[in-house]
Amino acid sequence: MKEIVVISGKGGTGKTSITASLAVLGGKEVVVADCDVDAADMHILLQPENLKSEDFYSGELAVLDQNLCTQCGNCFDVCRFDAISVNNGIHQVVDLSCEGCGYCARVCPVDAIKNIPLNVGKWHIANTRFKQPMVHAKLGIGADNSGKLVAHVKNIAKEIADQYNRKYVLVDGSPGVGCPVVSSLSGAHFVILVTEPTVSGLHDLKRVYELVAKFNLRAGCIINKSDLNTSKSKEIMQFFKHKNIIHLADLPYDEAFTHAMTNCKTIVEEDDSAIKTILEQVWERVKTEVRNKN
Amino acid sequence: MKIAIASGKGGTGKTTLSTNLASYLAETNKVVLTDLDVEEPNSGLFLKSELIYSEDKYKMIPQWKESDCTLCGICQEACNYHAVIQIMDSIMVFPELCHSCYACSELCPTNALPMIPKKMGELKHYKTEQFHFVEARLSIGEEQAVPLIKQTLKYIDSNYGNDYLKIYDSPPGTSCPVIEATKEADFVILITEPTPFGLNDVILAIETMQELHKDFGIVINRYGIGNNDIVNYCHNNNIPILAKIPNDKEIAILYSKGELLYNSIPAVKAELEKIAQYISALSANYLPTQIPKNN
Repeated sequence: MKEIVVISGKGGTGKTSITASLAVLGGKEVVVADCDVDAADMHILLQPENLKSEDFYSGELAVLDQNLCTQCGNCFDVCRFDAISVNNGIHQVVDLSCEGCGYCARVCPVDAIKNIPLNVGKWHIANTRFKQPMVHAKLGIGADNSGKLVAHVKNIAKEIADQYNRKYVLVDGSPGVGCPVVSSLSGAHFVILVTEPTVSGLHDLKRVYELVAKFNLRAGCIINKSDLNTSKSKEIMQFFKHKNIIHLADLPYDEAFTHAMTNCKTIVEEDDSAIKTILEQVWERVKTEVRNKN
Repeated sequence: MKIAIASGKGGTGKTTLSTNLASYLAETNKVVLTDLDVEEPNSGLFLKSELIYSEDKYKMIPQWKESDCTLCGICQEACNYHAVIQIMDSIMVFPELCHSCYACSELCPTNALPMIPKKMGELKHYKTEQFHFVEARLSIGEEQAVPLIKQTLKYIDSNYGNDYLKIYDSPPGTSCPVIEATKEADFVILITEPTPFGLNDVILAIETMQELHKDFGIVINRYGIGNNDIVNYCHNNNIPILAKIPNDKEIAILYSKGELLYNSIPAVKAELEKIAQYISALSANYLPTQIPKNN
């Protein structure tokens, strides 16, 4: 089983639309994992039917029992996250600020503070409308630990792939360079970077590639809307050359992408789409690259 | 007055709106724009500015002092993040897992884990012709955005008073970095696009803002693509739509080059004016924000 991870640095470059298209092209060879747990959108295109759903617990939250509290202030003194508030001498936990370190509970002389496991979201095993297994999740509002939920979604997807003999786990990663992206990348066999020829597209690509390079991963890149700014596209290609990134494809600026999405479909389901042919070539190329790696 | 610009989904126009709105409002107000999307800060790419100050930002992590350690095991037991682990007769610290809670360090009976600073990013302060701009940038490999966002907000609060209109370009998503970036805001502008993805993600962002009890409004970007669901959703839920920025390839091209839009595209200027008026009406509640610039 090989893990292919799609990321972008910058949001809104077409990452999810492209990943869902590759999932459709991959058919029965793939297990889909939506690791953009912060703003998961792939279910809109693949319309999975959930077979199993479970809560995900990660980290802790301090809970203060006013019946036991002597208002001594030890908790307030040690908290580095401004998560203990004091109003008229009454100490309270500010849930959204608490990072669950547990320091307050340790210094409370009367055990008035307990740490409870925190429900940070829900994850699902599902069947897409193409009858592929898909693992996806939704992070609770304001939750921390999205990296752990990402790791969990990926692990479940890998187990399913092993069990059902699927060749690839196709992962839709999240934007940025922080903990969910780091979790998405760990264990990947190949990374697909989706970018656009804009000043911010290139800027974010460079940053996220630094991360990819830290993990020593092989990567290929798709330039979406490549004809929007041809000189910027050339600049991106220079960057590929310099960094040994495989240039997988250029996709034209085409509102057909948005039309397909508005109909909750992937672009490769549109019969006469030129983009479909390009993405078929991308998928074949990626499979070759993944095979050649070992 | 503090205004945060957030979105749920990435790539819907947060940075475009932040930079254009800051610039437009700076024609009549004192403005400071802060880029809190520390993982991928982009606002600076659209502004012609001069660097006036920069500093490295640090987070505190424990460092093992072998000579003072009795291997009692309290540190490992105290760390809820598994960032301090005892392996055989040594203590290992994993800085990327550390939340800087100080528990291991302060609970150590022999002070064998003093806290030391570790660089997590940079803060840069720029001046454009019309306003101030502060950018924070997380170092690659650092996983936690929240501590850097916190320190950046402190910097803004200690350098700018209530006479400034403070605009925050927030990170995408609905998790901890967004909460940190928006929780002190007086008003949040959520920008979205009228597509199924845009709608799905803006509903998450709306739920987040409701949970935080924030006053907020919607700006629809690329208006004209997709469908009308977001407009209907806002009408049915009494959520104000502040502006509709039209879908226009010319806008995409200007953006790709890193240019501001409103001087070239009158329709954008008209929409910015609508937002400015909305903010101005709101800011009556947050006096003394609207101090004329030359006072």
